[in-house]
Amino acid sequence: MAERASPLIVGAGPAGIRAAMTLVAAGLRPIVVDEGHACGGQIYRQPLSPDGRDATARYGSEASKAARLHHDFAALGIAIDYQSNTLLWNLRDGAADILRRGISRRVSYDGLILATGATDRVLPIPGWTLPGVFTLGGAQIALKAQGCAIGRRVVFAGSGPLLYLVAWQYMKAGVDVAAVLDAAPLSAKLNLLRALPLAPGIVLRGLRMAVELTLRGTRVRSGVSQLRIEGESRVARIVYRAGGREHAITCDGVGYGLGLRSETQAADLAGCAFRFDARDGAHRPVRDAGGRSSIAGVYLAGDGARIAGADAAEAAGERAALALLEDRGLPHDSMRATALEHALARIDRLRDGLEAAFPYPSHWAGDIADDTLLCRCEEIDAGEARRAIRDFSLTEINRLKAVTRIGMGRCQGRMCGAAAAELLAAQTRRDIGAVGRLRAQAPIKPIPVAVSLSLDERQHDPAH
Amino acid sequence: MTRRIDCDVAIVGGGLVGSSAALALRGMGFSVTLLDKGFCGAQASGVNYGGVRRQGRPPEQLPLSQRAHAIWPRLAQLIGIDGEFLRSGHLKLARSPADMASLERYAVEVAPFGLALELIGHNQLHERFGIAGGVVGGSFCPGDGHANPRLVATAFAAAARRAGAEVLENTEVTGATRTFEGFALEAGDVAIRTRTVINSAGAWADGLARAFDEPVPLERTYPSMIVTEPLDLFLGVNIGIEGGGIYARQVTRGNVVVGGERAAPLADPDYSRPRSDGVLAIMQRASELFGPLRHAQAIRFWSGTEATMPDRNPVIGPSATTPGLIHAFGFSGAGFQIAPGVGEVLAELVRDGETSTPIVPFAITRFSPASQPGDASQAAMTTGSKETSP
Ligand SMILES: Cc1cc2nc3c(=O)[nH]c(=O)nc-3n(C[C@H](O)[C@H](O)[C@H](O)COP(=O)(O)OP(=O)(O)OC[C@H]3O[C@@H](n4cnc5c(N)ncnc54)[C@H](O)[C@@H]3O)c2cc1C
Repeated sequence: MAERASPLIVGAGPAGIRAAMTLVAAGLRPIVVDEGHACGGQIYRQPLSPDGRDATARYGSEASKAARLHHDFAALGIAIDYQSNTLLWNLRDGAADILRRGISRRVSYDGLILATGATDRVLPIPGWTLPGVFTLGGAQIALKAQGCAIGRRVVFAGSGPLLYLVAWQYMKAGVDVAAVLDAAPLSAKLNLLRALPLAPGIVLRGLRMAVELTLRGTRVRSGVSQLRIEGESRVARIVYRAGGREHAITCDGVGYGLGLRSETQAADLAGCAFRFDARDGAHRPVRDAGGRSSIAGVYLAGDGARIAGADAAEAAGERAALALLEDRGLPHDSMRATALEHALARIDRLRDGLEAAFPYPSHWAGDIADDTLLCRCEEIDAGEARRAIRDFSLTEINRLKAVTRIGMGRCQGRMCGAAAAELLAAQTRRDIGAVGRLRAQAPIKPIPVAVSLSLDERQHDPAH
Repeated sequence: MTRRIDCDVAIVGGGLVGSSAALALRGMGFSVTLLDKGFCGAQASGVNYGGVRRQGRPPEQLPLSQRAHAIWPRLAQLIGIDGEFLRSGHLKLARSPADMASLERYAVEVAPFGLALELIGHNQLHERFGIAGGVVGGSFCPGDGHANPRLVATAFAAAARRAGAEVLENTEVTGATRTFEGFALEAGDVAIRTRTVINSAGAWADGLARAFDEPVPLERTYPSMIVTEPLDLFLGVNIGIEGGGIYARQVTRGNVVVGGERAAPLADPDYSRPRSDGVLAIMQRASELFGPLRHAQAIRFWSGTEATMPDRNPVIGPSATTPGLIHAFGFSGAGFQIAPGVGEVLAELVRDGETSTPIVPFAITRFSPASQPGDASQAAMTTGSKETSP
């Protein structure tokens, strides 16, 4: 009997790391590919080069978790086939196409764990493309990986738990955080009471961050609307409405984001079924409690499957790996699997509270000014999208893409897709779930036209 | 509740063929229902490479192709947008003396149709078009060009709707029967009574033909495309290669679209996806031919589903079994340019029972057992390996 191929894990964040450890413990040698130069994913991202700061300075309250994950992953050593700086750009017929140092290689796998994580979710606002405006995640990366701040006097705006976390991290790093502008009304925060008994530590830490920010002189405002960023060649001030009137704050950097969105392209290319999730306001790949997708041998873990944070990602990565072991007929700890499922269900209930406390301001899409840039890759503004929707009687997001080019550029709709869908839903008075979702296309991210083929790939290619 | 529609003409399939027929028929005053199982223009017509090319077509297609050629520059009047149509010229390259000889033979053969082909040697190619890489010569058709299929296909359907056609999307025609005065169609919760049916269902057209006892040897193909990030303009013409390989064009915004190879159908053969080895091969050939691509990024791959006939000619014309049924499908990878002409021809067939443009070679009867089966199978064998460049 031929030897079975290795499982492939995509992503070396908390979910991918725990999945890898679990498979190694069971005697497998997984391949782990990750775009990053080092493990840790977005949340526990490591610096590009040592910058003299220790884990506490970099990860704050999460330092011990970060250190443990980095250490555990490093300890796997050659028990895994770890490929950093590597882009998975396509999946097909049980094989993955990966690109590393300009060379594309085809990797067969037996079992695929997708732990692809999340990126920021944004709705365009006037001035969001000015230099000095970053997404919340981007602002955090600058701090963690490069050890630099996005400005000297910074405002954080948007919604979601990350808003307060990043602001607090910046404050701790000694940056002047002028304001935290939260789109959610203060009343929504009452929902935190629901989450409190489930995870008192997390909720109280969030509250403490808000309090500490206020004590240090940061203006913390809820229920802000009509955000606008102004400046000539870069950010000079941010303008917003709250309490019935307009306010302006001078600043030279803005971190902006409305929560996160799952990176689902790989799951889509793997053929996984998707379903609209009303709580998250997004289509996401279907999975069972063990992390099994609708496609046999494909497992989903972490934020890439559904936004639930780093702790959930760790648990889900381990759980998905146990499912893979079970499905391959290998020994696996089913008690542990059950315990992980319980933990995940608990975090999911916590998420219900958090989502309600930081509701996505979907009504914004209806108000986006016509001259606001919607798709920055293809330079298409909201007015152009609205005209196309009207002129062609469009009701579906892939049709909007076809007619306007929104989502056809370098980012493949990963940045503008959610906003375009909101705009389409608002204008056609349809539910956001009813306008469909952008179908993923390879390459997941741009790849060089002059890409080289690895030797084994050449042998596959009949043209040679 | 079932909705009832009575109309003169029901068109099954809202691709470019069906939509342009709908628009032309409205122009003649017929009541028209245009039905698509998905969105109009979302299949082959909206996702193709965008080549608007007469050069390279079999001579029997050229009268129809010339008719369409006259329509393309009038798009703005016809459908409200120019569809990014550029009369850039189409340059077909030869990689070997044998391929060059084949281009020369073609030029002689089609001389009577007035394409004004110009044969070009290697040095000229370099001087005029900046093309080097392993090419011995080419044939230039100045009047050909390219356009944006996503816009054109969608706009034809939208124009038909504005002109008064009833356009029903997400409405699959699942049943069709001949009645005393015409046809009864079932499509979801819509029941249609019509005098005439046009079968322009693209890669799905064989089902309707079979339902009226006219089986056709329709096969599906899935051409594969890549597109780069926007680059400085370097490619003024639409490029094809004799014998296949790749075809390429650059849009005004700077993106370069390169096609070639075949995608693979997914489990549901209505859908396909480019094969990785296919796109890698396309990209390799493209970066060998065009220097500026050597440092560019490819941002997107796609493919679409197209109907191909064994002799690479479409089926256009009345059914041989069923009065009132008219077929128009099987454009074999080259229907984008010709479709607006086909729409006019179909409208004439509805109104007059005949058309001013010769379409005899496209009769569906050429596939019926009586008409020399030997020829058809031979054609199938020779076309299997050859790939044309749209
Ligand atoms: C990737 C690709 C590249 C190409 N490049 C070029 C090119 O550069 N130049 C060129 O000239 N040609 C090109 N072609 C070919 C060209 O796109 C096609 O020949 C042409 O678009 C066919 O038009 P159509 O209307 O027949 O088919 P389609 O556009 O496929 O339309 C058929 C429609 O029928 C609908 N339908 C099917 N069954 C039913 C039913 N039962 N009920 C209701 N609706 C139904 C479908 O949903 C579909 O929308 C290319 C094709 C592809 C796929």
